[in-house]
Amino acid sequence: MTRVSSANPHRPDPVLTVDTAFFWAAADEGRFVAQQCGGCATLWHPPRPVCPKCLSLEKHAHDLSGRGVVMSWIMPVHPPAHGFDTPPIVALVEVEEGLRFVTSIEGIDPRAMKNGLAVEVAFARTKGGHQVPIFVPVEDE
Amino acid sequence: MVNPGSEACIVGIGQTEFSRESGRSEQQLCAEAILAACADAGLSPKDIDGALTFDLDNSDEVDLMRNLGTPEMKYSMRTPQGGAGSVTTLVHAKKAVESGLCDVMVIWRAMNERSQYRFGQPHTMVNPKGMSSTFMEWCMPYGAQTPAAWEALSATPYLERYGVTSEDLGRISVLFRQNAATNPAAWFYGKPITLEDHQKSRWIVPPHLKLLDCCQESDGGVAIIVTRRDRARDLRQVPARLLGAEYAFLFNHEIISDFYEGDLAELANSVRVKERLTAAAGISPAQTNVAMIYDNFTPQVLRQLEAFGFCGPGEGKHYVADGHMNLDGKTPLSPNGGLIGEAYIHGMNNITEGVRQLRGTAANQVKAVETVFMCSGVAGAIIGR
Repeated sequence: MTRVSSANPHRPDPVLTVDTAFFWAAADEGRFVAQQCGGCATLWHPPRPVCPKCLSLEKHAHDLSGRGVVMSWIMPVHPPAHGFDTPPIVALVEVEEGLRFVTSIEGIDPRAMKNGLAVEVAFARTKGGHQVPIFVPVEDE
Repeated sequence: MVNPGSEACIVGIGQTEFSRESGRSEQQLCAEAILAACADAGLSPKDIDGALTFDLDNSDEVDLMRNLGTPEMKYSMRTPQGGAGSVTTLVHAKKAVESGLCDVMVIWRAMNERSQYRFGQPHTMVNPKGMSSTFMEWCMPYGAQTPAAWEALSATPYLERYGVTSEDLGRISVLFRQNAATNPAAWFYGKPITLEDHQKSRWIVPPHLKLLDCCQESDGGVAIIVTRRDRARDLRQVPARLLGAEYAFLFNHEIISDFYEGDLAELANSVRVKERLTAAAGISPAQTNVAMIYDNFTPQVLRQLEAFGFCGPGEGKHYVADGHMNLDGKTPLSPNGGLIGEAYIHGMNNITEGVRQLRGTAANQVKAVETVFMCSGVAGAIIGR
C-alpha cells in the first residue's frame, strides 16, 4: 500500500511536457518510474527525447524499486516556498538504480535529517489533484 | 595563435550607478552604460559594429542602434546560462574581433533586477520552451524555487565532505563587504560587516545559507568594449589584452541545478576551463595577481577556488582564512567587493573591476597588477597588460 501525503494541500502541480508527461502520469497512478531506452536499456532521469548513449528514439517507463539514499538536503525557509505552508525539506535522492531525483522528504524531524539517510518512495498530493513522488525514511524492520 | 596586432583587447568599460531602484528603463541603463564605455575608450557609438548580451537581457541590438545612432552591425549574438555565462561573453568577443566578424564589439548587461522583478524570489511561473523538459519542472513541486535553494542543494555535498562551517562561509562574506566598504561605487560602500553580523543574519536555506551568504539584487547597467590590438593603440586607455578566454560545458551537467552527474563536491566544468585557459594564456589562474570569482553565493567561491587550482580539494576554507585572498594577500579576491558587496549585475561588474585593476585605476587598487583572472563557473579569462 503506497502512502499518499496531503501535508501540503497547496503543493504546486507538476509541469507536464511532451517528453516528461509519462513520469507524472505514472506518479498519478502511484508508480515511481524512470525512462528506459528501448535500444540499450539504459535508465535516464530527467527524461529526454533521445538516448544520449545509443541515440535510440525508442523508450518506455521502467518501474524503479523506490529505495534510495539522501545525497543532499536543504530547507528553503525564506522567502517561503510557493505552495508550502511550512518550509519543505527538499532533497536530492540517489535511488538504487543509480539515478538522482530532486524530491521532498516527509515523515522526519528536520533536526534528524542527514545525508546518507535511507529513504523509500511515497507520494504527495498537489494543489490540482495530481500526486508526485516524495520520499520518507525507511521504517526500521 | 593570432598575430599580435589582431589580439583582442578590452579598451572601454562603462557602468551606471548601482542601486535598488534606478528609476529608468532597462533600455536607458543599457544605453548609458555603453555611452560611458565609449567615452572611456575614446570611441563613438558609431564605431560599434558588434553587439553581445545575455539571452536574459531585455534590450537588444535594435534598441542599441536606434538609441545611439549606430549605423551598421556586422555581428550580434546572445550568451546563455545566466550569470555563469558572464565571462563567456569575453570568449565570444575575443573570437569575434580576432576572426574579423566585427571590429568593435560592445558587451552589455542592464537590468532592473531589484525594482522591476526579483531574481531571488520563488519562481512560480514555468513555461517550458517547446514544452520540453526543463530543470524547473523537477524542482517546483518540491519547493526548490529560488537560486539560493538550487545552489544550496548542489553545494551541500561539498560543504559536508570537507566540514565547511557557516563561519567559514561567513569569512568570505566579511571579505567582500570589507572591500565594498571602501569602494564608493559599491551599494555596500561604508557598510562592512563582522563575522558576528553574518552569524546573526537570518536563515535563507538551512542548514547552510544565511542572508549574508547571498549576493544582492541590483538595478544597473555595465558595458565593455572589445577590439583588436592594432586598433586599440589609437584609443584612450592602456588596452587589457585578452590573453585567454575559455568556456567548457560537459555532458549531463546543468547550470545552477547541476545535480545529476558526477561527484557534486567537484566543479567538473570549471576544472576543464582551467586546463584550457592555462594552455591558452600561458599562465594558470593561481599565477595571476587579482581573482574576480563569481560570487552569487559564498559556497560557489570556495568550489571555484579549488576547481581553478588556487588550492587543493577541501582547502578553500583554509586558503581564505589564511588571508591569501585579502587585499594584501597572494591573489586578492574581487577588490570591488564582488557581487555580494558591490552589485549583482549578473557578474559583469566583476569584469569591469578586473580591467580597472589592470589599468591601476581601481578604488581598492592592488599593487603592481600584471594579470587578472576572471571566472564564472563555466568560463574563465585572463587579461594582461
